[in-house]
Amino acid sequence: MNIHRADFHIHTLLSPCGDLSMSPANIISAASRKGLEIIGITDHNSTRQSELVKKLGKEKGIFVLQGAEVTTREEVHCLAFFEDPDSVKAFQQYIDMHLPDLQNDPVIFGDQVVVDENEDIIYIEEKLLVNATTVTIGELEKYVRENGGIFIPAHIDRMKNSIYSQLGFIPGDLKADALEVSRRSTPENFASIKPEIRRFSIVTNSDAHFPEHIGMVWNNIQIEEISFKEIKMALSGINDRKIVS
Amino acid sequence: MKIAEIVSKLDLTVISGINGLNREVTGGYVSDLLSDVIGNAKEGSIWITLQTHQNIMAVASLKELAAVIIVKGSVPESDTVRKSNEENIPILSTKADTFTITGMLFKLLEKK
Repeated sequence: MNIHRADFHIHTLLSPCGDLSMSPANIISAASRKGLEIIGITDHNSTRQSELVKKLGKEKGIFVLQGAEVTTREEVHCLAFFEDPDSVKAFQQYIDMHLPDLQNDPVIFGDQVVVDENEDIIYIEEKLLVNATTVTIGELEKYVRENGGIFIPAHIDRMKNSIYSQLGFIPGDLKADALEVSRRSTPENFASIKPEIRRFSIVTNSDAHFPEHIGMVWNNIQIEEISFKEIKMALSGINDRKIVS
Repeated sequence: MKIAEIVSKLDLTVISGINGLNREVTGGYVSDLLSDVIGNAKEGSIWITLQTHQNIMAVASLKELAAVIIVKGSVPESDTVRKSNEENIPILSTKADTFTITGMLFKLLEKK
């Protein structure tokens, strides 16, 4: 078994709140500088920039999990990752179908662009990505599970767009691969306030919107080799795969 | 005022928790953040919200609320309905939005 550094929650310039310096190339070089070997690309309600990050990551030996930070109907933010290009594509269609057709105003919310390797803009997302989708947290979890993905409710310690702020407490029947505590707290600190979260794996991520925030916190993950399945096993804590700290 | 009277005066639809319609209503609370309701709603209140997740019934039970009004014709999840029936805390539905139904309920309770 080997220990690898993972930061599962990083925005690109596609997120309206993500800085324009968060290009795929800049993300990969920042991750590389910080010694990260696994990163998650999680734009608000979109996977459209993640493919290029994955490609560039591969060249630099960084494993990229493709996903999104989905806003549920209850306005809870949840990270969702999928293994192969087809399931990422299907998930993108699922999000598109459930994201209301409201226009982004870049002046208010920020730009929503996808760039290519030369950092030329190849797509402008017109739909407002920070809006809530119409799927409930239960429906989203079920979709992710049935399609072999990884489901992680985000920044549960924050009193904004978290399970605790929106739903008061962790639903008794919640299924999740892990829960995320933001870099403003630590898994241990937050679990001491909310001991009920100890039944889940807990990860902590940077939620980076700027390159300098990438890898500010990370997870040491014990796995046999770096792959989607191994990471999923580590989150579930099976076969001696686990989040070490 | 009893919930049953409010149901008829405000033309609400009873979705579930029919055994709780005799509960006495002492006030109202409006919020869509369950953490806020846990912190601030008072016992005996009717809670107006657009949330439909089953956690609303756990919060209603914890805070001993009289009933929950779900706005804009939203349909609660089946787990939410089941909990409402178990706890005998009615879920009431209105097609009106939060502003409108809150104004109507406020006027009605103020008269008493």
